[in-house]
Amino acid sequence: MKQLVRMFAVVMIVSLGLMYFISYLNSSAGYSGDNTLTIYNWGDYVDPELLTRFEEETGIKVIYQTFDSNEAMMTKIEQGGTTFDVSIPSEYAISKMKEENLLLKLDHSKIPNLKNIDPRFMNLSFDPDNAYSIPYFWGTVGIVYNPELVGDLTFASWNELWDQSLRNQILLLDGAREVMGMGLNSLGYSLNDTEEAHLQEAKAKLQQLTPNVKAIVGDEIKLLLANEEAAVGLVWSGDASEIMGENEKLDYVVPEEGSNLWFDNMVIPKTAKNIEGAHQFINFMLDPEVAAQNTEYVGYSSPNQAAMALLPEEISSDERFYPDEELTSRLEVYDNLGKRMLAHYNELFLEFKMHRK
Amino acid sequence: MRAKNKWSNLYLVLVFVVLYAPIFYLMFYSFNSGGSMRNFESFTLDYYKEVFEDTRLLIIVLNTFVIALLSAAISTILGVMGAIAIHHIRSHRPKQTLLTLNNVLIVSPDVIIGASFLILFTIIGIKLGFVSVLLSHIAFSVPIVVIMVLPKLQEMSSTLIDAARDLGASSWQVLTRVVLPFIKPGIFAGFFMALTYSLDDFAVTFFVTGNGFSTLSVEIYSRARQGVSLSINALSTLIFLFTIILVVGYYFINQRNAKPSAKEGR
Amino acid sequence: MLNKSRSFYLIPYLAWVVLFVVAPILLVAYYSLFNVEGSFTFENYVKFFTPVYMRMTLSSFWYAFLITAISLLVAYPTAYLLTRTKHKQLWLLLIILPSWINLLLKAYAFIGLFGTYGLTNSVLEAIGIGKQQILFTDFSFIFVSVYIFIPFMILPIFNALEEMNPSLVYAARDLGASAWTTFRRVIFPLTISGVKAGCMAVFIPALSLFMITRLIAGNRVITLGTAIEQHFLVTQDWGMGSTIAVFLILAMAAMMLVTGNRKRGAADARKK
Repeated sequence: MKQLVRMFAVVMIVSLGLMYFISYLNSSAGYSGDNTLTIYNWGDYVDPELLTRFEEETGIKVIYQTFDSNEAMMTKIEQGGTTFDVSIPSEYAISKMKEENLLLKLDHSKIPNLKNIDPRFMNLSFDPDNAYSIPYFWGTVGIVYNPELVGDLTFASWNELWDQSLRNQILLLDGAREVMGMGLNSLGYSLNDTEEAHLQEAKAKLQQLTPNVKAIVGDEIKLLLANEEAAVGLVWSGDASEIMGENEKLDYVVPEEGSNLWFDNMVIPKTAKNIEGAHQFINFMLDPEVAAQNTEYVGYSSPNQAAMALLPEEISSDERFYPDEELTSRLEVYDNLGKRMLAHYNELFLEFKMHRK
Repeated sequence: MRAKNKWSNLYLVLVFVVLYAPIFYLMFYSFNSGGSMRNFESFTLDYYKEVFEDTRLLIIVLNTFVIALLSAAISTILGVMGAIAIHHIRSHRPKQTLLTLNNVLIVSPDVIIGASFLILFTIIGIKLGFVSVLLSHIAFSVPIVVIMVLPKLQEMSSTLIDAARDLGASSWQVLTRVVLPFIKPGIFAGFFMALTYSLDDFAVTFFVTGNGFSTLSVEIYSRARQGVSLSINALSTLIFLFTIILVVGYYFINQRNAKPSAKEGR
Repeated sequence: MLNKSRSFYLIPYLAWVVLFVVAPILLVAYYSLFNVEGSFTFENYVKFFTPVYMRMTLSSFWYAFLITAISLLVAYPTAYLLTRTKHKQLWLLLIILPSWINLLLKAYAFIGLFGTYGLTNSVLEAIGIGKQQILFTDFSFIFVSVYIFIPFMILPIFNALEEMNPSLVYAARDLGASAWTTFRRVIFPLTISGVKAGCMAVFIPALSLFMITRLIAGNRVITLGTAIEQHFLVTQDWGMGSTIAVFLILAMAAMMLVTGNRKRGAADARKK
């Protein structure tokens, strides 16, 4: 009994001590002030130095909160109960959030740096006139491969993935849109196709790919490809640049039939309290120098024209991550297919996953 | 006999090696200047420096500990009460119903628990943050405590309690002098399991947190898209060494205290 | 007097049950009646009985069973041997400690250890077996799952063994019982409550395992937990996710009833 009481006493004392210490740390870091801005973002998706600089320039204290998927983030914003002033969802999430009235309209007059964004990335289907969102980073979906292990395959076409020599050599991203999109693209259809016959054809074709597929994985695909666990991987370009940073042998290519063009855009969710500060932050991130520094930190492709000029030549002229107009014209942004169609895509993807070798 | 001992020691060693292999792997690469968990390049302490310079991360770690300790302690108390309550119930049907309800949270995937708690908290109007995270951690740790304590209670013979009562013990005395000491191992097991649940949890915390409050696993998972940096390895190494020292230290202090008191008892 | 103290224990626990168990169950049951477009329907339940989900259910149960059985096989000797060590409480704590390190990090470590160029394969190559694909196989999935759950199995068994009166074992041995007979007739029956608690703490969560199915099994194994995760977080088809959850809860309740009944039978027998 004595032992039990002693243990509980120790736990309580330690917890109270820690709580005191946390509040001390919080106040010394200035997190409890009134003028705060809560940023809801992917983990490690902004250079922390820039947040400090923003705090110093504006006197606003930044609270950085993180999420690990667009869907989880949307659920949180939809339910409310907590303040998020700026968030950075992907484009398909933005069109959904718009539909569900989860976003506030942006005041462009408060974002003069908007002029720095490449017009190619403005006024896209998911957000006409950029009424709700401003591009933060963008990229493509393509193939990372190890030239030493794939013979003379160059993946100019998606169909090369079905090559017999790649048995048990392909890692796929765990995303219904990405994998189904690959199937559709390889057949020459649009990755926004909704015709049932085309979708069934794509699923049947994907099932033939099964012997070549080693695994269908999430973010760990970067680790696996860098470790040369497989010769080929279907990935987002942002991940590709990171993988290639770690393993220089690898190369990235977007097949000619076309592929997906994705965006992560800055938005102001309806939960925002500090709307003025949110605009200030968005404008700050669009500053050429800031955007350039952030691009070097994060390693994704920047939509900021003015920042491109400040980036080192080897980054800004890398055609794999900044493709030319010709290839860009064949890339498609994911349309919002509606909940029912999206569920159908997922159902087909699930059937593909359950299809055993 | 000696040969047998050797084999059994070997077995235990093997179990420990497997249990600790991934942890040593993580620790080893926290010193890698190469920046990733492959190809050890050269020794560096940079990631440790990074950890200590990152106040945000430090606050998150401390939050994680506070939540784990408090939720484990409170859920242990609640769980023990629950186990005693269930044990007292004589009739079969309600007992089984309660036990089944008890296990619902163990069988439910974290996402469902998280999402439904989030809806619950918004309906009740509890501000998301420390309180909501603490409440949910208590909530999902209670059933494991019950599961750990209940078998101990069932082993306890009712004659023991009857005897204590016959000797004029009040219910409080029966509880503190007879029941609790008997089920102590179960209580400790429950406490440590609750601690484990709390430290491990990601999905539930993610849903019910807010207003700047975060725990370590939420931070680690949300970093996955960008690649978990080795500073997280360094941080885990530090936490791990710290807990090992704490646990071993606590154990030996306890032992030293226990011995004299045992003598006094005689 | 007795009643008062009983309700003193019961009330806080019941409050917990109502607030954090009954309320969420009702919520889940309610959601399961809506399709992805938010209209009232039973189509989710119809969908659950299609071959895709039936196969998933079967394989979930099969893997959960394997994981529990192997955990028990590994944990029982470990717990037994631990009780005979000198600083047994300390060793027990050291068994639990690894589970305090973040699961995602440990999974990454396993990816490194089991990878084509990982430590395990280097060892296999050195002893002449040669490289094997370990990652993304049933073996690695079950291995890592057992790794995660083993403390939950060891702890209750250890406690049960500790409680056992050692003189019973000596008595059995003195009466000439072999080691195996002693174990089968004396030790195991006396620790059955710990084994049961352990199996419950492993089997039930093993049914709804996720993440490991992706990280370690590369989506080669799809469990009910994975499907629920997907429906809640990717498809945002909360209805279908809730439907699967309803079935999980029902399955668990059914299992509890079966084991519970047997226990009562045993108790009755003892009374006679």
